Amino acid sequence: MLSEFLQFLFSGVTVGATYALAALGFTLIYNASHVINFAQGEFIMLGGMLTVAGVSAGLPLPVAIALAIAAAAVVGMLVVRFAIQPAKGADVVSLIIITIGVSLVVRGLTQISLGKGTHSFPAFSGSEPLHVLGATLLPQSLWVLGVTAAVVALLGWFFSRTLTGKAILATAYNRLAAQLVGISTNKVLFLSFALSAALGALGGVLVTPITMTSADVGIMLGLKGFVAAVLGGLGNGLGAVVGGLLVGVAEAMAAGYISSAYKDAVPFVMILFLLFFLPRGLFGARVTERV
Amino acid sequence: MRRSRYPGLLALSLFLALLPLALPNAYTYDVVVRILINAILVMGLNLLVGFAGQISLGHAGFVGMGAYSTAVLTTHANWHPLPAMAAGAALAGFLALMVARPIFRLKGQYLTMATLGLGIIIAIVIGNESAWTGGPDGMPVSSLSLVGFELSGEKRWYGFMAVLLVFSLWSCQNLMDSPFGRAVRALHGSEVASQVVGVNVGRYKVAVFVLTAMLASVMGSLTAHYVGFLTPGVAGFFHSIELVTMVVVGGMASLYGSIVGAALLTMLPQLLATLEGWETVAFGAILVFTMIFMPRGLVPTLAARFGRTR
Repeated sequence: MLSEFLQFLFSGVTVGATYALAALGFTLIYNASHVINFAQGEFIMLGGMLTVAGVSAGLPLPVAIALAIAAAAVVGMLVVRFAIQPAKGADVVSLIIITIGVSLVVRGLTQISLGKGTHSFPAFSGSEPLHVLGATLLPQSLWVLGVTAAVVALLGWFFSRTLTGKAILATAYNRLAAQLVGISTNKVLFLSFALSAALGALGGVLVTPITMTSADVGIMLGLKGFVAAVLGGLGNGLGAVVGGLLVGVAEAMAAGYISSAYKDAVPFVMILFLLFFLPRGLFGARVTERV
Repeated sequence: MRRSRYPGLLALSLFLALLPLALPNAYTYDVVVRILINAILVMGLNLLVGFAGQISLGHAGFVGMGAYSTAVLTTHANWHPLPAMAAGAALAGFLALMVARPIFRLKGQYLTMATLGLGIIIAIVIGNESAWTGGPDGMPVSSLSLVGFELSGEKRWYGFMAVLLVFSLWSCQNLMDSPFGRAVRALHGSEVASQVVGVNVGRYKVAVFVLTAMLASVMGSLTAHYVGFLTPGVAGFFHSIELVTMVVVGGMASLYGSIVGAALLTMLPQLLATLEGWETVAFGAILVFTMIFMPRGLVPTLAARFGRTR
């Protein structure tokens, strides 16, 4: 019983960490620009797929990973330059539609250049599973959790201790006031997209040895990351991490105890319930603005 | 003074009546019938997106619900197509009502998230319940016969859908000019202002959403009969995006725009058939470019340029 539960918990937390990174990306961009970036999932996909491409081109794994993450960050900045900035002043609906368009372009181009197949690359430190209280744990899961924890800590330090991090927070809090004290909100926009693309790509890289990747994994991963971000109260960084882990665990538990066929439906049932009962997210303020 | 809507309706009817002269074969008829189906669907969605300012990212879910209600009830339960169609519409309407009631008490784009979730759940259910729906392999649907007249073949479907399109356009125009429609348009302009003049904002949004959901379901049922074979893709996320793209490209809050948007984007995959894989890229690029350069959409932008601002 316990071993079964632990098994589901391990796999849930592992996938959940990826959702958490995606949700952090959503949160960053939402805070910087109030854009709900539906292309976030494509950054996750790019991380995995570009690493695969790099490895098959003969690059050593660490180099391929670094290049993939850097490339995703560049794509993130290109998105700002060519899709978000030209539409300055557009309303929320238009911006949502633009990011959906961007995600289609990125996915389509990846399909054309890297193919539609499913790929993977070897786990970072072997695939000999560890045994914990009767459950098995892949070493790659530890990598996923460890790196995610490190990234969250690093981001915490970045936002509370560095001037750039504080500039991003200030912009999120009040754009006009941030401009008045001399913060280039334009730079903040680029930085947020680059950072959130890199976060997404990192998640994609970490989880690929376990779940494999293909050009069309981005939609589902992105949408689930979005659910996680909303669960954490869109705009709340720590909430996003907790939301990601919750979505991952709920999904794994449902797959284990209820039905694996319906595991993908779990995050979306969660979001409906959330919108009905706690529209500000689990950690949002308990005030609902009524029309 | 607003212009009379009858010249436009007449021109459209005339165009649709003469169009068969330019259609050489069954394939072109097929493309046009698909355009007509999408046009009605998109007009319905436009009531919600363009007029009420609420975006639905799960509209294909309602289309799938109607399509599969028709397929399952006529195949497994031997229902007549009409009650099956009505049952699908009732189900879609009920679901829309259940979702919209709590959502529309809130301000902002929460409907986007809710419809997104709902649409994906419907698609997953359709894909998984293989015993009823055939799962990913799909299922066949019988043809539609109305009072002893069997609707089969592209030409009969063309006639039927052409009449239905003109009728739908007329109904939508009427609806949007009615007190109901004025209230809906007002709340897109300013919710506070409409509230001040006594419009129950939440209730109107719910009503529009339920209406478009039921319309989508009916069009799904018709699609099922026309195509004769259903796969879960009809309810999928990409189909929802396609529908939103048609609304946006044609022009938000422009009913003629919806027809144009549906025509352009239904023909696009046919034109790109030789360039496999570029379809997704083209859809995405069109979405981005339209929102940046013609945020009001094709028809309103052109109409403004040629000085026909209503």
